[in-house]
Amino acid sequence: MREKLEKLKQAAEEQIDAASSPEQLKEIRVKYLGKKGEITSILRGMKDLSPEERPVIGSLANQVRGQLEEWIQEKEESLQEALLEARLQEESIDVTLPGRPEPLGTVHPLNGVIEQIEDIFIGMGFEVAEGPEVETDYYNFEALNLPKDHPARDMQDSFYITPELLLRTQTSPVQVRSMESKEGKVPVKIICPGKVYRRDDDDATHTHQFTQVEGLVVDRGIAMSELHGTLLTFAEQIFGEKLKSRLRPSYFPFTEPSVEMDISCVQCGGSGCRMCKQTGWIEILGAGMVHPRVLERGGYDSERYTGFAFGMGPERIAMMKYGIDDIRHFYTNDLRFLRQFQSI
Amino acid sequence: MLVSYQWLNQYVDLTGVTPEQLAEELTRGGVEVDSIQPLDQGVKKVVTGHVRKVEPHPDADRLQVCTVDAGQGEPLQIVCGAPNVAEGQMVPVALPGARLPGGVKIKKSKLRGVSSSGMICSAKELGMPDKLLPKEQQEGILTLSEPSDTGEDVKPILGLDDVVLELDLTPNRSDCLSMWGVAYEVAALLDREIHLPETKEETPEGKEKEIEIVLDAEEDCPFYAAQVIEGIRLGPSPRWMQNRLLAAGVRPINNVVDITNYVMLEYGQPLHAFDYSQVDGGEIVVRRAGTGETVTTLDGVTRACNEETLLITDETKPIGIAGVMGGENSEVKDGTTTLLLESAYFAPESIRRTARHLGLRSEASSRFEKGVDPERILPALQRAVELIRQYAGGKVVSRIKSERIGAIDDVTVELRHQRLTGLLGVQVEKESVIDIFRRLRFPTEVGDGVYRVQVPSRRPDISIEVDLIEEVARLYGYDRIPTTLPWGQQSPGALTPEQRLRRVIRHTLRDAGFHEVVNYSLTSPARLNELDSVLQEEARPIRISMPMSDERKVLRTTLLPQLMETAEYNIHRRETGVALFELGRVFISQEKKLSRQPDERWMLAGLVTGAVHPPHWQKGENTPDFFTLKGHLEMMFARIGLGTLTFEAAQPAGYHPGRTAVIKQDGDTIGLIGQIHPKTAAAHDLGDTYGFELELAPIVEKALQQNLRYQTLPKYPDTTRDLALVVDEKIPVADLDRTIRSAGGELLRSVSLFDVFTGEQVGKGKKSVAFSLTYQAADHTLTDDEVNQLHQEVLNRLKAEHDALLRQ
Repeated sequence: MREKLEKLKQAAEEQIDAASSPEQLKEIRVKYLGKKGEITSILRGMKDLSPEERPVIGSLANQVRGQLEEWIQEKEESLQEALLEARLQEESIDVTLPGRPEPLGTVHPLNGVIEQIEDIFIGMGFEVAEGPEVETDYYNFEALNLPKDHPARDMQDSFYITPELLLRTQTSPVQVRSMESKEGKVPVKIICPGKVYRRDDDDATHTHQFTQVEGLVVDRGIAMSELHGTLLTFAEQIFGEKLKSRLRPSYFPFTEPSVEMDISCVQCGGSGCRMCKQTGWIEILGAGMVHPRVLERGGYDSERYTGFAFGMGPERIAMMKYGIDDIRHFYTNDLRFLRQFQSI
Repeated sequence: MLVSYQWLNQYVDLTGVTPEQLAEELTRGGVEVDSIQPLDQGVKKVVTGHVRKVEPHPDADRLQVCTVDAGQGEPLQIVCGAPNVAEGQMVPVALPGARLPGGVKIKKSKLRGVSSSGMICSAKELGMPDKLLPKEQQEGILTLSEPSDTGEDVKPILGLDDVVLELDLTPNRSDCLSMWGVAYEVAALLDREIHLPETKEETPEGKEKEIEIVLDAEEDCPFYAAQVIEGIRLGPSPRWMQNRLLAAGVRPINNVVDITNYVMLEYGQPLHAFDYSQVDGGEIVVRRAGTGETVTTLDGVTRACNEETLLITDETKPIGIAGVMGGENSEVKDGTTTLLLESAYFAPESIRRTARHLGLRSEASSRFEKGVDPERILPALQRAVELIRQYAGGKVVSRIKSERIGAIDDVTVELRHQRLTGLLGVQVEKESVIDIFRRLRFPTEVGDGVYRVQVPSRRPDISIEVDLIEEVARLYGYDRIPTTLPWGQQSPGALTPEQRLRRVIRHTLRDAGFHEVVNYSLTSPARLNELDSVLQEEARPIRISMPMSDERKVLRTTLLPQLMETAEYNIHRRETGVALFELGRVFISQEKKLSRQPDERWMLAGLVTGAVHPPHWQKGENTPDFFTLKGHLEMMFARIGLGTLTFEAAQPAGYHPGRTAVIKQDGDTIGLIGQIHPKTAAAHDLGDTYGFELELAPIVEKALQQNLRYQTLPKYPDTTRDLALVVDEKIPVADLDRTIRSAGGELLRSVSLFDVFTGEQVGKGKKSVAFSLTYQAADHTLTDDEVNQLHQEVLNRLKAEHDALLRQ
């Protein structure tokens, strides 16, 4: 009996090993462990054994049965594993084929740059103000120290609608409007992005419509060094690098002293290239200390308060930052141009 | 303003300062130098030569063989083609080995068999600005009238060894519109001495001529001076003066005109010479023009004046437009022997208005417009008289007659030291400030931390304290201003909720595959009329008064037509499809003539046409339709928290009548969405095109009202039942949806449409619509009975309201 069990165990082991499919394994299980299986029939034949032998053989038979179950289980798992492996092999794909395109448009690069400018100044505590594009002569010129017949009006030929209404030529009118709405409270810290219009023929460097970002700070004791610091901080953030800056005297009717700010060329770092016309410097904005008359017009006592204002062209900044060579691209809306700014 | 380096050097010693260094100093000081132009464009080995003999060329009618003494020992034989070459002339000779502008090299050569050792040059060949030259110098060879030795370098003689700086002056620095003004500036920047010529009045010789001056328009002309010179001889001005005029970009004409121009460049004071014989009664009246009065100016054009035009008249007639251009009748021309020389102050506003009215700008008017220095009116006149006597002969036959109303006030401006350092944010030393005013030649007294600065009349741009602060700052050096950050009260920076929402909307559409465009606000009325807009009723396009073109005539009242234009542009550049949007302002006013600012309203428009995505190797549906666009809009609405918008079929002009809807919010129409009418689309070479346009304000207002609150997650299971209906095909699905929700009440958690079809199975004029309804209660598990009862109620309501039948 013992021998028979040992043989049976050996035969089963060989068959389990040889099994190549779950079906075969199932047959083996039935053959040995099924209701009419060989182990079962041995256990059934136990009654013919002597009482001494019965527990010994019984325990041995159970041991063999356990062993077979374990082997079958193991074989089952390895067969399933092999099957899965084979299926996965069959399922393999060319991973270099292009992905299914999900639609991705673009934010217009000009608006993208304006958002960057806004975010930098918001980080410095500025609010974003807005003003009308159809402006009164008063806010566009007079309140900014540019009376009718002022020579500086030549600098910007305007689109008038009536003698008193025009398309704003600059975002500066928002300076006085912002001061008025603050009703004498300080600090005033605003920037104003927006569209402006001038009678220029459209060419590679001019468009009759373009954008500006105006900035204004009014508080007690605001100094030109703070204008310089604020603008340098801005420039370093927008161009993402350490820069050198310099101020040059300039003229705007609504600031005094007035400055133009140059930064070290973002293309060549200051060694001289085509973009900076070999000077190492590029002009990025105009600015100055708010003219006392403009402060007064905005309702602020120019003895108690001072301020600075600045104005820059997002087109120019975008052109320098991304190496764009023709301002008209911003208004042609050629998709071959726009798509280049998906990551802006 | 073009500034000759050599001329400037006469007033301020520029030793050790190259033109480039000078340009840098000026630019850093606030007078921007646009360009530095050396007049010598590579000219080498061109010398003076004396034409000894001119003989015809044996084999060429147009050529002549010249014998020229160019100081080279032996005379040179030079073949010359210019008809004006003649014996006895002094001419510029390019010797063999010479260089001319443009890299031209002169070699010994043979012309039609005759050898030629060099070339006699024209002005143009030497790189002189031939457009400015008198006609006789433009054609043929240049002749040098001044005596000189042969073999001398011609560059100094023709001023070609000079360098010209081009100043880009800001409107406040009109003081630098003269050599004197630039000299003051340079002397201050370099801290050097200044040497300006002194003048005095020349006293009349012989019988004096009468001049009477009447100022009839005091405000426009408070100061007028004149002097008469008799017996002048017109002719060319000396070469050195012509050289300087050319360097300044002024055309030499004759000695009298050249001298008035020269003094204008020198002093900044425009002068005018009248032919005294044409000044009736020896009387000058400065008055405003009468209605309909005309003047023929010396360019031969008859000009209609208005009541603001300031005229110079004699006893009987106008003889010039003050400060702008002289009259033809009193022009100095051949035969003129007696001059009346004018030097005056004309009010900037007056000249500006007249110049604009007449569309006439001159060197003179541009200076008067900016205000001339009243202190220089008499010296300039004296200087011109002196030069005329010297270079045009004649004698002075009157005293300087001048008429003046009011006096020039001394301007004293106070500057507080503390204000200066406070505003600049830098501790400038008192000594530095005093030194800066010394360099500027502004007499200054100091006391109690205050500088009392006397501002000379040549600097009318300085009138208040900050003007002085700017002067100090620019001479102290802007680059010495440190960088600090505002330290005062801090303020939180942020976008307003509306600004943030506009960004979210734009970014959401970007994420949905739309490209943002920026179009011009100015467009044509025809463009705006292509499509009805949501603001159609209110929109009356605003015209600008002087459009630059028909395409840019009115302010836009809608955005979508320009998006079609942009789509067309891109389709013509081989794009298979485009998806675009724009968020921008339109301009709305009902006024016929604008009396106040229009409403500027933010609009959002989008458009999609053609196959937007490139073909993919896994084929799939690629062509957008109405529902693509509607889906994108609904996603955008969801993103900003709007769920209450409804779409109702509509037939606005320019759209497909069966595929267009108005978008409503709380019953108000706020937008349009639909297929662009095939005819409208075809006009732009577009196939099936879908567009939308929305007014932003109501959406933003609603979105900002939303109160986002968390809702407890359901604790009890839900039950889903489908509902397949057959209804009249005209019934909008939105109506069925509304009925279902109303009947289902609060236990109906969600309704989703999953199938719509028409066909024989459902019968003609009918459609099958299938919804999936999910029921759920917050406080218990719904029983089958409860759900059945609810579902039946929904069906009953659908039957009652829409004649709906359960599909079998």
